[in-house]
Amino acid sequence: MSVTTQTMNASQQGPATLAPRRRDTGDKRFARLTGGFALIVAATLFAILVALVLESWPVWRTFGPRFLWDSSWDAVAGRFGALPFIYGTLVSSAIALVLATPVSFAIAVFLSELSPRWLRQPLATTIELLAGIPSIVYGMWGLLVFAPWFARFEPVLSATLGQIPGIGTLFRGPPLGIGLLTAGVVLAVMILPFISSIMRDVFLLTPAALKESAYALGATRWEVVRRVVLPYTRSAVIGGIFLGLGRALGETMAVTFIIGNTNEIPPSLLLPGASIASVIANEFTEAVTELHRASLLALGLVLFLITFVVLALAKLLLLRLDGLAKGKPA
Amino acid sequence: MSDTVLLPTERPDPPAAAEPAPPAVLRVRGLDFWYGGYKALKNIHLDIPQRRITAFIGPSGCGKSTLLRTFNRIYELYPEQRATGEILFHGRNLLDPQIDVAAIRARIGMVFQKPTPFPMTIYENIAFGVRMYEKLDKAEMEARVEWALRKTALWDEVKDKLQQSGLGLSGGQQQRLCIARAIAVKPEVILLDEPTSALDPISTAKVEELVAELKEEYTVAIVTHNMQQAARLSDYTAFMYLGELVEFGETDQIFVQPRHKQTEDYITGRFG
Amino acid sequence: MNGLDGPDNPLPRRRRRLDRVMMTSMTLLTVLGVFWVVWILLTTLERGFEAFSPDLFLKDTPPPGVAGGGLRNAFVGSLELLAVALAIGTPVGLLAGTWLGEFARRHPMAGAVVRFLNDILLSAPSIVIGLFAYTLLVAPLKHFSALAGGVALALIMIPVVVRTTDEMLRLVPDALREAAVALGIPYWRMVVHISWKAASRGILTGILLALARLSGETAPLLFTALNSPYFSTALDKPIASLPVVIFQFAMSPYPDWQKLAWAGAFVAMVFILALGLLARWLQARGTSST
Repeated sequence: MSVTTQTMNASQQGPATLAPRRRDTGDKRFARLTGGFALIVAATLFAILVALVLESWPVWRTFGPRFLWDSSWDAVAGRFGALPFIYGTLVSSAIALVLATPVSFAIAVFLSELSPRWLRQPLATTIELLAGIPSIVYGMWGLLVFAPWFARFEPVLSATLGQIPGIGTLFRGPPLGIGLLTAGVVLAVMILPFISSIMRDVFLLTPAALKESAYALGATRWEVVRRVVLPYTRSAVIGGIFLGLGRALGETMAVTFIIGNTNEIPPSLLLPGASIASVIANEFTEAVTELHRASLLALGLVLFLITFVVLALAKLLLLRLDGLAKGKPA
Repeated sequence: MSDTVLLPTERPDPPAAAEPAPPAVLRVRGLDFWYGGYKALKNIHLDIPQRRITAFIGPSGCGKSTLLRTFNRIYELYPEQRATGEILFHGRNLLDPQIDVAAIRARIGMVFQKPTPFPMTIYENIAFGVRMYEKLDKAEMEARVEWALRKTALWDEVKDKLQQSGLGLSGGQQQRLCIARAIAVKPEVILLDEPTSALDPISTAKVEELVAELKEEYTVAIVTHNMQQAARLSDYTAFMYLGELVEFGETDQIFVQPRHKQTEDYITGRFG
Repeated sequence: MNGLDGPDNPLPRRRRRLDRVMMTSMTLLTVLGVFWVVWILLTTLERGFEAFSPDLFLKDTPPPGVAGGGLRNAFVGSLELLAVALAIGTPVGLLAGTWLGEFARRHPMAGAVVRFLNDILLSAPSIVIGLFAYTLLVAPLKHFSALAGGVALALIMIPVVVRTTDEMLRLVPDALREAAVALGIPYWRMVVHISWKAASRGILTGILLALARLSGETAPLLFTALNSPYFSTALDKPIASLPVVIFQFAMSPYPDWQKLAWAGAFVAMVFILALGLLARWLQARGTSST
């Protein structure tokens, strides 16, 4: 086709083509289609809430809010109370957080400030990959490898921490290997790669110029971390810890293997207990009465609400991360 | 700096003033433009003549790019931006919401500051736009792609790698590919928004040469930071300052004998 | 002494000592942390490798007390569940993420709310997702099914895909969108042909990472897909899956079952690490070539 005929074709398109056409209905339809799916995703969270409330209704009708602080759980007698599981969930997660936070912080500091350059990327990648190991592997390792080993270590705990007046009872008990403390330790190992990856990412957002000027003043590495990096990233660091907490609270498999699955509040951390997730995992398919099943669903609702609060807080704290990325201090 | 001001007189063509004024393709009447609450263009009146190159100059933030972006309503991508007034094209107001923007954009093409090849092959980069408007068979499409690439002097450089990604070309080649993509759709008007600001001098020279040829068949509106470029390339020049059109006229007159003090200050480098 | 070794002033010396103490403890804590994680990794690899045999892929799960057997039905079940999750999760996540990445800027408040809710969903306890899938598909139909398990996994996958799609689309430069729209291309075609294409590598990475996460999920399957000692591919029947079989076998008192559990954990871990590495490789290639 020659150039001249093509040019003529172009000039033959009259101004009439400027008339309105149906063309942008495709745009509207596409926006509506994608918007519809976005709405579905957003509505899922509410659907979960509604489903759990409706399905657990018999519990609230029978026990009322007393369900939350009643500590008896007896399927045969038809009495159900959530307290042992709320206690087990909160305590095991608290242990995990207490153990995992300093170690995660250390790993993040090591990766961003201390590590030799050649080790930095391989180590960071390894830790991120480890964060992807399924929790069932942690649980299995906890039951078959860690618990027998820990059982030999527990008498030492009883003899030392167990002798402290007041909190001592928490660390006294038979060396079973499984129990709340074991669950906390395994949870700690599980959330460790997770929290340290987030912390490292956050630390790396500190502007190099800021750190350099502190070093130029003669600050030591610890002073730079303590006085520059940490203040600059504080809220995001806390947000990362909360995300880890959210994970620990809702974790099922790593806990179910090793917490002991006893439906009462143990007086010692060395004794078996149960968490919300573990009791649901253990009893749900075996629950025959409507009330038993509804009680487990009610526990699910409680877990959902607890994690929602923790995750919402984490999200709000991490929101400042966007600001950080744009150079505004948190 | 004063040497460059004299540059237009060195052009081989006789000054455009000798010819009768060409008809206007785009007539801008009372155009205002807002970014949210900020008014970026104030009451612009302007005629853009057919098959000529019109350059828009002025300090950064003067509204020259904004003005160019109203001609094909590309600003509509951003909900907080809006324009009021008239831009007449073949007697229709382009700002009329009834008008099909796709039809506007088929007839008023645009090339941007940074080269923007699509993440596809060189061939597809050009065929993609054409397919929006015309149903061509394979041979016709191949002819069209070749025609556009020849027009932009790119054919010899890329004819053996039409099936490779457009992202693999050099910056200058990418920008010429973008021009080829724009003209392949057969527009009447081509808008160029600082098309050489991201290019090296050699690529810039090639693109300028190409733009100069384009006015044989197309109406060209070019925004540029580079006054020599405006002086060398354009037939008409519009000087804008703080959202207003200060002066518009034949390039020779603007650069040799500006009527306004602000224009003179700008082209002699006393501000901006 | 040239004076550069530090003045005799005790203050800098104390600061340097504190620095050394803190940095040493950071390094020691890092070693401690890495030690645990490596311990888990090595145990699983070692015990899994010991228990590994071709029978794993050729035979189905054995009844208690019977030696031998494999995990064929669990592998097939897991793959089927992943396929269902992928078939539901990818389109839903992609479209919802596209709204966030391409259209939400016109509705900034709605966009922020959807992003917030999606992020919460992303980290919601998977056992709660399992309960939800149960109330949605098991309780009304009165039987456990592979479909319910696949839907539960899809619910976990969707927020991951939504988030990566959103983030990757927001990385696509506006200049590219403008260039396409300036050609008169309708916005939706621009999204399909330009934005998705430019973001495809990142989105694919996200899908791979989501798959890696799904392949280890156990809790949401416990009361949806349940488990089955038999080979089955029926969508409307309970089905075995690798994580649930590992759970059942590892908790059992039989050494044969525990051995199979280790072997299963080994395969799951290698699969997940391979997906993770593949995703990382894709990501790295994407950033270096564009």
